[in-house]
Amino acid sequence: MSNIAEIFDSMEYGPAPEETSYVHSWLAEHKGGFNLFINGEFVPARDKERSFASHNPANGKKLATIASAGQEDVNDAVNAAKTAFPAWSKLSGHERARYLYALARLVQKNSRFLAVLESLDNGKPIRESRDIDIPLVARHFYHHAGWAQLQDQEFPDHEPLGVIGQVIPWNFPLLMLAWKIAPAIATGNCVVLKPAEYTSLTALYFAELCREAQLPPGVVNIITGEGDTGAMIVDHPDIAKIAFTGSTDVGRIIRKHTAGSSKKLSLELGGKSPFIVFEDADLDGAVEGLVDAIWFNQGQVCCAGSRLLVEESVADQLIEKIKHRLQSFRIGDPLDKAVDMGAIVDPIQRAQIDSIVKKGEAEGAEVWQPDIPMPENGCFYPPTLMSNLAPSNSAVQEEIFGPVLAAMSFRTLKEAVELANNTRYGLAATIWSENINRALEAASLMKAGVVWINTTNAFDAACGFGGYRESGFGREGGREGIFEYIKFRDEWRDEPAIVSAPELTATDHIDTDKIVEIDLTPKQFIGGKQKRPDWGRTIPVASHDGRNEGRVALGNRKDIRDAVEAAFKAESWAATTGHTRAQILYFIAENFSTRKDEFTRRLTALTGARKSKARAEVEATISRLFAYGAWADKYDGLAHSPPQRNVVLALNEPIGIVGIVCPDAAPLLSFISLWAPAVAMGNRCVIVPSERFPLLATDFYQILETSDMPAGVINIVTGERDVLSKTLAEHDQVDAIWYHGSEVGSRMVEELSASNLKRTWTNGGRGRDWISARTGEGREFLRRSCEVKNIWLPYGD
Amino acid sequence: MNQTNVMELGGHAAARSNSERKEIDVRNPGAQFEPDWVENVRVNLSAAERRIATLSGRRTVKKAWQAAWLLKAISFMDLTTLAGDDTEGRVRRLCAKAKQPVRTDVLHDLGIDELGVTVGAVCVYHAFVETAVDALKGTNIQVAAVSTGFPAGHAPFETRIQEIEASVKAGATEIDIVVSRRHVLTANWRALYEEVKAFREACGEAHLKSIIATGELGSITKVGKASMVCMMAGADFIKTSTGMESVNATLPVSLVMMRMIRDYHQRTGYKVGFKPAGGISNAKTALQYIALLKEELGDDWLTPKLFRFGASRLLGDIERQLEHFATGRYSAANRHPMG
Repeated sequence: MSNIAEIFDSMEYGPAPEETSYVHSWLAEHKGGFNLFINGEFVPARDKERSFASHNPANGKKLATIASAGQEDVNDAVNAAKTAFPAWSKLSGHERARYLYALARLVQKNSRFLAVLESLDNGKPIRESRDIDIPLVARHFYHHAGWAQLQDQEFPDHEPLGVIGQVIPWNFPLLMLAWKIAPAIATGNCVVLKPAEYTSLTALYFAELCREAQLPPGVVNIITGEGDTGAMIVDHPDIAKIAFTGSTDVGRIIRKHTAGSSKKLSLELGGKSPFIVFEDADLDGAVEGLVDAIWFNQGQVCCAGSRLLVEESVADQLIEKIKHRLQSFRIGDPLDKAVDMGAIVDPIQRAQIDSIVKKGEAEGAEVWQPDIPMPENGCFYPPTLMSNLAPSNSAVQEEIFGPVLAAMSFRTLKEAVELANNTRYGLAATIWSENINRALEAASLMKAGVVWINTTNAFDAACGFGGYRESGFGREGGREGIFEYIKFRDEWRDEPAIVSAPELTATDHIDTDKIVEIDLTPKQFIGGKQKRPDWGRTIPVASHDGRNEGRVALGNRKDIRDAVEAAFKAESWAATTGHTRAQILYFIAENFSTRKDEFTRRLTALTGARKSKARAEVEATISRLFAYGAWADKYDGLAHSPPQRNVVLALNEPIGIVGIVCPDAAPLLSFISLWAPAVAMGNRCVIVPSERFPLLATDFYQILETSDMPAGVINIVTGERDVLSKTLAEHDQVDAIWYHGSEVGSRMVEELSASNLKRTWTNGGRGRDWISARTGEGREFLRRSCEVKNIWLPYGD
Repeated sequence: MNQTNVMELGGHAAARSNSERKEIDVRNPGAQFEPDWVENVRVNLSAAERRIATLSGRRTVKKAWQAAWLLKAISFMDLTTLAGDDTEGRVRRLCAKAKQPVRTDVLHDLGIDELGVTVGAVCVYHAFVETAVDALKGTNIQVAAVSTGFPAGHAPFETRIQEIEASVKAGATEIDIVVSRRHVLTANWRALYEEVKAFREACGEAHLKSIIATGELGSITKVGKASMVCMMAGADFIKTSTGMESVNATLPVSLVMMRMIRDYHQRTGYKVGFKPAGGISNAKTALQYIALLKEELGDDWLTPKLFRFGASRLLGDIERQLEHFATGRYSAANRHPMG
């Protein structure tokens, strides 16, 4: 023990190993290989040859052999889930809550085991798996036990979806499992989940806990495998929804694969999240924030604050502080209780990190790494700071998914916001400032689903998490996350949304006694102005009995381009108050009401509807405009209650530019019913009105012109529905697209939306009861009109 | 370096070159009152708390390392008695414990008979300074006196100055002063500066530890600002608490004070010491403080010259932990001689 004297002088830390023997014993029990968890049983893959190995990245040693599910296994799992669904979904919320509660308890009772297993398999420090991942897993099951309990009261008129296919990543293996499984089964769905091939082990242990909790067989199925297994789940026809967390590239592939399948989809994808430090920040606090942002989990975090934006006045000071902090970083065995960073999950990932760093360096970046001891073996990468960066540098543009910070400076809040939003992603943003005015202004301007003020990488089951833009769509956690696993009961009707026009009769009967009416020229409505179509072409519109009712512009892709441009310029609409938007919507209703008879006549002439039915549609239109005038200042966000001293504001923000493609059914009312909620929430719209009855929309723009609606908020392009939809769906400036047309068109729109991962809402060719306020207006439409942004604001002095 | 030099240097560039300086034995002479150094202090409480919450998971010491660190903790200790019923006998007993804080057989089992671990200082009221000086003759253990109307600090200014002078004359080598909290609460930073500066002058060769009474300041940001002012005024140590407030030393408050010490060092090149006091009663907490110190200020500060614990009960727990390490059995309080 004489070395005590030496340590007394050196004051080194020394090793602090976590006990792992009991976890290794469990692994040894499965020496023959881990099986698939299907229908409550562990079963081998049908094809015994299909298996893969899992390694400990800290030392490269093999941990286990794991079965890889093939197509028949996937079928078995989906069938098990499908079979279990009727009984599981019919249980009362309280009964399901008991199961979730049991799972939460079992996670807690096995928490250290799970933490150790996670760190062995993934390479993350035991501190993180023990203090962050596993407690959040338990918290997620507790919280969602509560949603199961409250489901009937809180989500009336909604029902579960059926079988959910879930594919999760390797960076937070068990936590992502919890984020996926808890809300799905709480709301009455059954799941088939595939963990990432690098990190299957905690999922398999969780399967054992499902048995211990006596979860009915088939409610949770866990099938291990590699990429091809994931693809089999995504493509399986009996799956109602795919929930995926992973890379944006794979997200895009899934978007394309599920296009037209009527599968619901939520994607939580990559990011290049900004970390903004203003000069009035607690700089030392911000440095620790960065440690938690980019050097958490070895930087393998989708929402990692990987782009540092620091105000020029404190840039040098902050960089010095970061370097100072990194000089005391400890990197090593993830099972040591005193390391800051563990191992990178796999040598392939490490090579990927290194290649982007080298590329960025070749492009002119300065690369700094601290002079600290690195483990000699295993898969490790030092914390890295890159500076002298242009926004075009690969290290700024690409998601590195490693412990690499790209630092840039800014001069003003405006510039900080521009730099922060200058990305295809929009997952998270972090803001450090002691000035609440500045911090909240910046937060409101961030294009990101989560904004952390003076904290970072804070997560909780009660708060929604998910991205804007190409970081994916859908939210996980909180009330907003529940909607990903339920659907409105009577959304669609089995009747066509579109109708075909009758043949135009050669000429109308000519009444020589009558004075010729003045020729009317309906145009496009773009940027607040009536515009002729780009190529100067028009097409006739037939009345219900084949007479020519007039000609409308035949829009083409350039008209869509112009309309999107006009919508883009109308950005200030998003910042208007709900009250202002309400006033304009009421004013539109007022001006419309003076022209009721004209619209009634138009409806009867075009659709052949009886006058009473046409009048009912006109009256419903007025009511609908009033409804969204009413909603404009009432669709409030939430203040969530995570178990920390925090205000978490879930704000409903406009999505941006919404492409709206209208059906032919109820052509006036459906047109209004689609844009009014979008506009009420602050979006700008590019509308393709009913192809068959476009005149109702072109008649309507005169009302818009007299109702104080700012230019560019509503743009109308008439023409062939699917031709224009294609351009809209492909347009990368369009943030969402709502399509009401054919089944084929729905598929096309979903497929093409993959380019920038638009939020899509398609009818799959089905109709809708537009007259009924229950199905034709309300919260579902408003929810589709908004992104939920969760702003975390810890407080205290 | 004298005060004038610090004034002349000022500014960011100067601060860097100053930070290269290493001499521990150079006392902080203080600096001119710089309002900016105070006004620019920004502290976010939640961030400080998060740092503390994760620290014990990021840093821990086990086995021999833990034993060595606990011995170090003893060397950092200002063994303290500040009670109305203190007597000469009580103080002498405490001093005996200060000289021999751990049982010799335990030291032997740990293989460190020769290490000669003692506490850093004994801390008493003025009335017992002479007793302590006498009892500690021939050791390196410092005698610290609490002063300036401790603990409230409301005695007349002249009285407080005289109290310091009297304790120094009686042989105290360290003076733990209390600042006027009213100056902090009313943000009268210049008044605080002048007060502490006067105390420092009264101390002469004795080192000044400035107690800012963090539990009474109402705001973490004020803890940071008061720390900065005391250092500018020439404090050798900044200290959290008297031990008499309802909230005494905490890790988040200590984090903020350590960061202020780092900033001051970067600005001036002078190293100021830190002393958390009150409520640190178990070995585990002591280890957290030392880890925090090592992380935030670095190994240079791991010396009794720059770090102390103000504690009366901490030693007992450390003794038990050391015996546990030596024997493998959990220890009992009555097996260790009291102080």
